[in-house]
Amino acid sequence: MPTKLLLNNEHIPGINTLQVYRNNGGYASVEKALKQMTPEAIVEEVKISGLRGRGGAGFPTGMKWSFLAKPAGVPRYLVCNADESEPGTFKDRYLMEKIPHLLVEGMITSSYALGCNTAYIYIRGEYFYVSRILENAIAEAYAAGYLGSNILGTGYNLNLYVQVGGGAYICGEETALLESLEGKRGNPRIKPPFPAIAGLYGCPTVVNNVETIAAVVPIVNNGGEAYSKIGIGKSTGTKLISASGHINKPGVYEIELGIPVEEFIYSDSYCGGIRNGKQLKAVVAGGSSVPVLPTELILKTAAGQPRLMSYESLSEGGFQTGTMLGSGGFIVMDEDTSIVKNLYTFTRFYHHESCGQCSPCREGTGWMEKIMHKILDGHGTLKDVDLLWDIQSKIEGKTICPLGEAAAWPVAAAIRHFRHEFEAYVMQPSSIKDVKHYYRLNNIEPIPA
Amino acid sequence: MLNNLNIMNNEIKFSAEALAIVKQMISRYPDGKQKSALLPVLHLAQAEFDGWLSVPVMDYVASLLSIKPIEVYEVASFYSMYNLKPVGKCTLEVCRTSSCWLMGAEDIVRHIQNRLGIKDGQTSSDGMFTLKTVECLGSCGTAPMLQCGAKYHENLTLEKVDELLDKLATDNKRTTYLDIV
Ligand SMILES: Cc1cc2nc3c(=O)[nH]c(=O)nc-3n(C[C@H](O)[C@H](O)[C@H](O)COP(=O)(O)O)c2cc1C
Ligand code: FES
Repeated sequence: MPTKLLLNNEHIPGINTLQVYRNNGGYASVEKALKQMTPEAIVEEVKISGLRGRGGAGFPTGMKWSFLAKPAGVPRYLVCNADESEPGTFKDRYLMEKIPHLLVEGMITSSYALGCNTAYIYIRGEYFYVSRILENAIAEAYAAGYLGSNILGTGYNLNLYVQVGGGAYICGEETALLESLEGKRGNPRIKPPFPAIAGLYGCPTVVNNVETIAAVVPIVNNGGEAYSKIGIGKSTGTKLISASGHINKPGVYEIELGIPVEEFIYSDSYCGGIRNGKQLKAVVAGGSSVPVLPTELILKTAAGQPRLMSYESLSEGGFQTGTMLGSGGFIVMDEDTSIVKNLYTFTRFYHHESCGQCSPCREGTGWMEKIMHKILDGHGTLKDVDLLWDIQSKIEGKTICPLGEAAAWPVAAAIRHFRHEFEAYVMQPSSIKDVKHYYRLNNIEPIPA
Repeated sequence: MLNNLNIMNNEIKFSAEALAIVKQMISRYPDGKQKSALLPVLHLAQAEFDGWLSVPVMDYVASLLSIKPIEVYEVASFYSMYNLKPVGKCTLEVCRTSSCWLMGAEDIVRHIQNRLGIKDGQTSSDGMFTLKTVECLGSCGTAPMLQCGAKYHENLTLEKVDELLDKLATDNKRTTYLDIV
């Protein structure tokens, strides 16, 4: 029986309502935290748990919480990052839609631990219907006395609001999110100061991903120690993986960190293998930003060890032969997939989503998209492939926020592991079925798909 | 000039219900931080005023939040969900990023283009549909997909697209992100 801490009750009918949620143990962490624990004790449990941020960067949550400045007389804020826009990622939507009270509960318990009296959930605008689900859950929580003033008679006050965005991937970056929450364009801020010192309205702020905040609930209920025993090494606990692409069973899976990638792809408990009896070609394991890996490197490390679903194992070998767990957006591609075309969709995405503040990112992402377009149309040259490499290397590390890296890494990885495919597009366009413009210009019949 | 005339003639003003919602939105933020309500108020304005944000509408929003019109234009032009030009009654937002592409998003886009005789970004001649290709909407496991108003239409096939377009045309109603689905 796989260990589940977040989605264990997902199939119970009516679990989205407060009553059913509570009948199944819901809001116990609020009772326990507010009545039996000090805020400091909760932060300590979160530290002991080893929980790492589930938004993509994997920063230890307890440590982040302990950085929060606490000047007297200044409000502090907890902001939940529900912007979820990294291609391949849809776990937060699933969690909020199925079990909205888990996030509400986590927000209350976490806000208490951080000493916040106002908290926001910033959700991407396209998830408008999910924001309504959350708002209904929040209204129920107010009615039951879990929100508002003097919660459960403990004297603790908390107001929780949902804010919808306007459609912009960059607003998932925490400082861009705060700008957006202040009613501005989503331009990331220069750090330092970090949000823990000067965040929302210049006040100390913690920004955490939906799944991170949900994980605080089992940590408070069962203790940090129990949580830390789940998983492997420094990858403690469970992780929601969004599985998509050419697999038999796409969907959101809660896994115990540390299961083999091979098991995740082929077991019927998870992805159920590759669709239509095809072979696996490549995987993007942690959302569009992380390096794509070919079959041999995603199933096994360069050292020949089985690759595991954990922060450490996925990144083993660095970017030469490894990748990252990232947001857990697991995109699977079968043997017939064009890596070049897939990369084109990524370069277009990052060009569309660059906020435009930093020249290397603004110009570089557009340039890379254009070159990819040229290669896809059958007009590329070998020099274009080198140029792509050059551009991506000059974006990395030279921008205010990591969107630059996020745009550069997929390009670098695709060329690193699949250079032969780029060369085929460039040198033998007539052998490639989606090089359409080339066919038109040369009056030849495309090879049937 | 024309825009100004429009303001004077068919006065731009929220309904009483919408104004109540605006007030409630503003109450979520500390005093003096009413600008925080800008994104949600723009969504409301777009839903109330024919699916797009004209300059007079944006100016009206600025006056409601006591901010400068430029602060509204800056924001409205940054985010992809705000339309700065008129759109059809139903905007079909088809995702075409990686997972959706892997699962056939191109066929979906082509099918809609052929059926409606429009290209990406265009509106059908009857003013019913606008086609907009978009980037990942967080529905990658149920790809290919499109969003119309608040609703996600997932695991699409060409037949499902046809059914959807037939239904939307029969309903003949404007879809908005604020619809209850
Ligand atoms: C371009 C960009 C997009 C991001 N998008 C998201 C997102 O959609 N959701 C999220 O939780 N974190 C996202 N992040 C990471 C956040 O900046 C931040 O690290 C995270 O919300 C912190 O929460 P955590 O520690 O709980 O993971 C993004 C970062 C970057 C640079
Ligand atoms: S790639 Fe289309 S919804 Fe994510």
